[in-house]
Amino acid sequence: MAQTITIDPVTRLEGHGRITLKTNDQGEVSEAYFSVTQVRGFEKFCEGRPYYEMPSLMARICGICPVSHLIASAKACEAIMSVEVPPTAAKLRRALNLAQMIQSHALSFFYLASPDLLLGMDADPAERNIFGVAKAHPELGRAGVGLRRFGQHMIELLGRKRIHPGWVIPGGVTQPLEQAKREEILALLPEAYANIKMALTAYKQIAGRFQDEVDSFANFPGPFMGMVSESGGLEFTDARLRMIDAEGLVLVDGLEAAGFDDCIGEAVEPYSYMKFPYLKSLGYPRGAYRVGPLARLNIASHAGTPLADIEVNEFKKLANGPVLGSFHYHHARLVEILHGLEAIERLFSDNSILDKHVRARAGVNRQEGAGIAEAPRGTLMHHYRVNDNGQITWANLVIATGQNNNAMNRGVLQTAQRFVKGDKLTNGMLNRVEAVIRTFDPCLSCSTHAYGEMPLAIELLAPDGSRLDQIQRP
Amino acid sequence: MNKLKLATVWLDGCSGCHMSFLDMDERLLELSSQIDLVYSPLVDFKEYPEIVDVALVEGAISSVEDEHKIQRIRKHTALLVAMGDCAVTGNVPAMRNPFGPLPILERAYHENVSAQPQTPSMFVPALLEKVRPVHEFVSVDLYLPGCPPAADTFFRVITELLAGRVPDVASLTRFGA
Repeated sequence: MAQTITIDPVTRLEGHGRITLKTNDQGEVSEAYFSVTQVRGFEKFCEGRPYYEMPSLMARICGICPVSHLIASAKACEAIMSVEVPPTAAKLRRALNLAQMIQSHALSFFYLASPDLLLGMDADPAERNIFGVAKAHPELGRAGVGLRRFGQHMIELLGRKRIHPGWVIPGGVTQPLEQAKREEILALLPEAYANIKMALTAYKQIAGRFQDEVDSFANFPGPFMGMVSESGGLEFTDARLRMIDAEGLVLVDGLEAAGFDDCIGEAVEPYSYMKFPYLKSLGYPRGAYRVGPLARLNIASHAGTPLADIEVNEFKKLANGPVLGSFHYHHARLVEILHGLEAIERLFSDNSILDKHVRARAGVNRQEGAGIAEAPRGTLMHHYRVNDNGQITWANLVIATGQNNNAMNRGVLQTAQRFVKGDKLTNGMLNRVEAVIRTFDPCLSCSTHAYGEMPLAIELLAPDGSRLDQIQRP
Repeated sequence: MNKLKLATVWLDGCSGCHMSFLDMDERLLELSSQIDLVYSPLVDFKEYPEIVDVALVEGAISSVEDEHKIQRIRKHTALLVAMGDCAVTGNVPAMRNPFGPLPILERAYHENVSAQPQTPSMFVPALLEKVRPVHEFVSVDLYLPGCPPAADTFFRVITELLAGRVPDVASLTRFGA
């Protein structure tokens, strides 16, 4: 008998979503749709505004990863200006991007996902949050808060604000680094290392409990894309992109921002405001790919820092070839935090970080420019055109989370097929459907730069389209 | 003493105000002895409660869904705080207003697309013609400007509310802060 249950929105996500499941005549789930339900329009309303305003405007796409938008946007502007930023400015921006990756991954792992991992998928919903984690595992809860605080505090020291800092501008950064701030950041590292080591140890102890989830949470072959250094190590800010297939063979290599649009297309599905990027040479939907921590660790041969190298090595033993189970995004996130701390330490230990030349100045020297950076959730691309006055005439943005759209949809279907039986939705199934989405850490603020927020409702439809069951927040 | 029933709501904003709320760091964990977070993206309570003491509302009102939500929030909330510049003025989301919704959809889903261009229409709500701030739909009890308001501002506001006072925020924050 048809019933309505209400649980909208999915919680512990950076946004809200709607999921529709369709069943076949045997009562098995045959289709799944993950919908995004609002529109913001940055690609349009930036028109007419000066290009040099773009970093601070585009950063308002997202309060979680404004730094990635600042950097991708500034790089697009630098292509328009035809300038190269001074080496120290590039290093400072790399450090800032790493700080943001650390705080964002700490948010995802500890505040949003760890309640499922540490308290259990079937734990009391009233306790299944960061406060419950802090009560049940005080040291881990505080480690998570501490890691996020480290990243945010470092962003504040460099950019003067924790959220929506200025500082990064077309041409470099506004101010060089002061010695006192450098020392303060270096002094905070030991505590941060202790926190991430504790988290990695704890994660490895509990990961074995989730074999069902590992098997069914978006676990399938498909391409991965991410930035990689010249030597094949992890890189988040200034390098080229590589795409590999499920066997690890290189599909695309050396991809730069200027060629991004030629290589990557975007498709639209009628059920979502979030678009579906794909590799043009494979076509849509076959060319759909995954980005983010899992993709980056699959693509890189090593981290490029000593402690993270050991962790990457261990991570790669999870599979023969690329790790295909999206549950392992959680593990990859922790490895990237460790790498981020080491990479910051390396950058800040070199005296060149204090160099005073941090800004190149120029006007409009080209009418089109694109920039890429790795956001915490994956590759981010900004592409602008300007007129002779430097006013934006057109913009296109490809956002990290959107590139996981296809995988999230397939993951919801896979998880639903594993856990939904008959015509009744259960709470255990629902939290797992939420949890498969959490593995991707979708930033629905970003992915809705055009698209906004998503109230999550889950509908279960019969083959004739009639509603068997519904779960929705009023 | 009963704990303060606090809700945080994310409408059409960037989540930066919520992130700044989290930037209270350890202070947030300590506040949890005096506050029940009864509805928020951070916790798993799925329905807006019948009685909420304080709601922090981030974001402007952009769609029919936002409009529906803010009415329900107002009805069940004693003290409604417009949190951040988008809730207070419309701010960045309202920058689409001079264009209107159709050119926004045209750019995103027809022009900047290489396969299956179409305006999504299944399961997605209609956009309002104009993005507007919260107070144009419901009464607001406290305005907290900032993009976003700083964590110290949140801490001060919440500790004042816990002490039974409605804080004067003029010295604590400003537009664009």
